[in-house]
Amino acid sequence: MQANEDSLAELLAGRYPDACGRFGPFGGRYVPETLMPALERLEAGVRAHLHAADFRAELDRELRDWVGRPTALTHARGLSERWGAEVWLKREDLAHTGAHKINNALGQALLARRLGVSRVIAETGAGQHGVASAAACARVGLSCRVYMGAIDMERQAPNVDRIRRLGADVVPVESGDRTLRAAIDEALRDWVADPEGTYYLLGSVVGPHPYPYLVRELQRVIGDEARQQIEERAGRLPDVIFACVGGGSNAIGLFHAFLGADDVAIFGVEAGGRGLRLGDNAATLATGRPGVLHGCYTMLLHDADGQVQETHSISAGLDYPGVGPEHAFLQMTGRVSYVTASDEDALEALNECCSAEGILPALESAHALAGARSWAREHAGSSLLIGLSGRGDKDMPTLAAHRTRARDAAA
Amino acid sequence: MQPHDRLREAIFRCGNSGRPAIVAFVTAGYPRRELFRAQLADIAGEADAVEIGVPFTDPMADGLTIQRSSRKALEAGVRLPWILAELEAMNMPPAAPLLLMSYLNPLLAFGFEAFTQHAARVGISAVIVPDLPHEESEPLRAALDAQGIGLVQLVTPVTPPERLAMLCQASRGFVYAVTSAGTTGGGRGLPADVTTYLDRVRAVSPLPVCTGFGIRSADQVAALALHADGIVVGSALVEVLEAGGDPVAFLRSLRPACALT
Repeated sequence: MQANEDSLAELLAGRYPDACGRFGPFGGRYVPETLMPALERLEAGVRAHLHAADFRAELDRELRDWVGRPTALTHARGLSERWGAEVWLKREDLAHTGAHKINNALGQALLARRLGVSRVIAETGAGQHGVASAAACARVGLSCRVYMGAIDMERQAPNVDRIRRLGADVVPVESGDRTLRAAIDEALRDWVADPEGTYYLLGSVVGPHPYPYLVRELQRVIGDEARQQIEERAGRLPDVIFACVGGGSNAIGLFHAFLGADDVAIFGVEAGGRGLRLGDNAATLATGRPGVLHGCYTMLLHDADGQVQETHSISAGLDYPGVGPEHAFLQMTGRVSYVTASDEDALEALNECCSAEGILPALESAHALAGARSWAREHAGSSLLIGLSGRGDKDMPTLAAHRTRARDAAA
Repeated sequence: MQPHDRLREAIFRCGNSGRPAIVAFVTAGYPRRELFRAQLADIAGEADAVEIGVPFTDPMADGLTIQRSSRKALEAGVRLPWILAELEAMNMPPAAPLLLMSYLNPLLAFGFEAFTQHAARVGISAVIVPDLPHEESEPLRAALDAQGIGLVQLVTPVTPPERLAMLCQASRGFVYAVTSAGTTGGGRGLPADVTTYLDRVRAVSPLPVCTGFGIRSADQVAALALHADGIVVGSALVEVLEAGGDPVAFLRSLRPACALT
């Protein structure tokens, strides 16, 4: 226990990731040799620009004037009443392009321009990172190509059209599992072919160092704002925080400002899918074991032979067999607890949020709502902060299909 | 002499005789699992070394051909423990040195100690791990060193000079000089400056230099003969196997005419 507390203290002191890109045992840089010089250049670029005054000023101005930050903190009156709790929603759904993904996409697009790169590639699962990357590249003046699994293109069709309209190419990925994981494989292959002329705009806190760090630093604005807003409005910190975790970028962004506040319990909610058997969910932290995928050592859903497993979630954005190494670390230290919400739980929570708050959340965010709801049931009268990471317009095809299936089942 | 020294000597012997060594890559158990041992014996009879590919679900350094062969092999149930058991069951282990190519995760899942002991027992001389840069390789290298098995380092045309020298020093068996940035296979043809680059690698490498990625014809082999000690042929060979062709005849067709003497 003491060792874990010491590890957490290292993180809070800003010493993780360390020089090797690790959060304790997790993280690192497991990539083909071709990418090593590119990652070293990126790391040097991050060191030179990310916290430099002129970069920050440009980023902050764009976050305010173009993204629409700060995003609102909404007191969820309807949910509060139903759950017997005080519920606050951090509204990343109100950020430009409809999700937290834009915070990272904009920051990295600005960084890419400073590094003198003209071609950007990105992967996308739910399509939100694809939309955000396309929009940010249009704003910043870079060309953008988005890799998207063929299955995801079908279930997130509205976002495919948005990405194309924003001027980016969408490349369907027919290899592997044809979802987010295969899209990352394909984006990495593209980058391997042109490591000097291409910037890989990775969308979550996964991948080789320095991405988990870079994306976290660009997403921590969520928690920094939320902490200030809730202190002003409620006069105190919440008892508990919930965010959904796929790769885990919105969760890391929300959690970071509260990690040092010992009285605040923190929960990440993973996709429980159809059940907790391997292959039926995307609950990496709840059910996985450590391994290496997409450039980092982290918790992973794989079989005894180290072959990565296909995952299932109703939510394309959570449908991923790995998770950010910093989440694996936070789980190890015990500072953050990771729980699951099933497809059904998420759908129920989504519907409840629609009717109680007049907000259609993304299916990803609905997992956070579902996790929060079951916690509130057992902790009457407490105060909850929930990361509403995105809006649900993109999920209309999935929701419509689900209604059809539910009706068929009833008939 | 350690196993990786024998690999180095085998490649050097070819290089010194004026014809590059042919290192044949096959995805284990592809196209048919039950033919693995027979196929390996045939190929090892013709090639100077054989690189056996352990299939992985996420082969991010591989092009379409090896993605496809890996997926088919996985569907047929080919896994690292099976491959090692098959090698152990061979009555007559091939005379040509054997290498294993595996992404890191299957090795991690097997356990480095157990893996290297098994690998030594079945006569593996060296291991290639495409997603393991030198900086992350210490734990695996320690286990391999204990068995005298080499960890082959890859270098690429974009590797900076200092790093190139470091990787050539760190490598064991041979240095694997990738012809161009990109994934394995493909029909891009070789970059115009590939020979200058290979000469640069050779100038700093204490080990023989083998080159690969996108090499599929006797003309290409001949063009590279004076600039590399060995040629790795992967996707092109896998495509021959895929089409039901004769791998031995194909490998023989790659040898420059002078090799017939």
